[in-house]
Amino acid sequence: MSVPLTLLGLLEREPSHGYDLKRDYDAYFGRGKPLPFGQVYSTLSRLARDGKVVISEVGPGAGPDRKRYIITDLGATEVDQWLIQPVEPEPHLQTVLFAKVVLSLMLDRPASDYLDTQRSSHLQRMRELTEIKRAGSLVDALLADHGLYHLEADLRWIEMTGARLDALRKTVRP
Amino acid sequence: MTVMIEARNAMFSFGRTPALRGASIAVDAGEILAVMGPSGSGKSTLLHCLAGILVPDSGEILFDGARVDSMTETERSSLRRDRFGFVFQFGQLVPELTAAENVALPLLLSGVRRTEALRKAYGWFERLGLDGMEQRRSGELSGGQAQRVALARGLVAGPEVLFADEPTGALDSLTGEHVMELLVTAAREQGTTVILVTHEPRVAAYADREVIVRDGRVNAPERIAP
Repeated sequence: MSVPLTLLGLLEREPSHGYDLKRDYDAYFGRGKPLPFGQVYSTLSRLARDGKVVISEVGPGAGPDRKRYIITDLGATEVDQWLIQPVEPEPHLQTVLFAKVVLSLMLDRPASDYLDTQRSSHLQRMRELTEIKRAGSLVDALLADHGLYHLEADLRWIEMTGARLDALRKTVRP
Repeated sequence: MTVMIEARNAMFSFGRTPALRGASIAVDAGEILAVMGPSGSGKSTLLHCLAGILVPDSGEILFDGARVDSMTETERSSLRRDRFGFVFQFGQLVPELTAAENVALPLLLSGVRRTEALRKAYGWFERLGLDGMEQRRSGELSGGQAQRVALARGLVAGPEVLFADEPTGALDSLTGEHVMELLVTAAREQGTTVILVTHEPRVAAYADREVIVRDGRVNAPERIAP
């Protein structure tokens, strides 16, 4: 998660104070890990320094919360580019799962037992996410879905690998 | 927890092809269990044995302490009609009947008067978001609507065990999720035990736990405390 770009994106909706940005960030993107105020203001300072936001007014209190930030054209362009740019699809070929299976086979350990344990662990996490989805808001559900689909992809790989263990064993233990 | 339904070392073959090779499983009352496994692993055969549709060649099936495998066909038929509910992948509604009549069917077969059966059936339409669909026939329902009607039919008689074989297999993800949400909510409200055969992890994630059927045997992971 890019904090500067996300804050810029929030600013593109409307000019905001640092406090409002933190509140919205925490509500939509923080998910139990709130953004520290210090990070909000240091990020906004850097964005201002780089010409991506400007400070429109400073209230009488002159504290950091009195500043109102406005996105500049440069900042808006950066958000636009970021939003249309695809995230690098990770090939995930060297995941821990893969390494454990291959090493288990190399060391003549029960790889299928490991896969069963991993499947059970994945499904347990999927149950937790499903509960979050059932009990939470639409935003919670969307995030939970993202996790669920990734875990499901791992599970499909686990099933496929389980079906290929004999062949894989011959490859890694010639 | 009380065990509601159980298979002990169940063996079953289709001709000379073994489908179950000593499958054992115990499902607690009120539990939602997902039965997973690759195609041809024996998971549907296990479900059919537990439901008294098939009789294992050897081994035992117990429901509420009674031996299902040694019951007569008539006794098993009564058991399926009066104490079990079923939902299948393609709904399998009776096309000649309206949606409401389909839902009322298990009650009618159990001898409930038609007006009373239909009154109970109608109650499920609002609950499952199917208001206004009561008089439609299966050909006039979308896949998701038909499956919700099938779900209502499976639950209308208040079964002690609901057997669901790939209940979302023919639905898109969002519709399938809606059906699972309704299934789990209704089963929890009624205290119904659910045995859910699925190959979809996201569907299995609605269950309390999962077992994997592989080569006709059940591999049950250690139960994880809630």
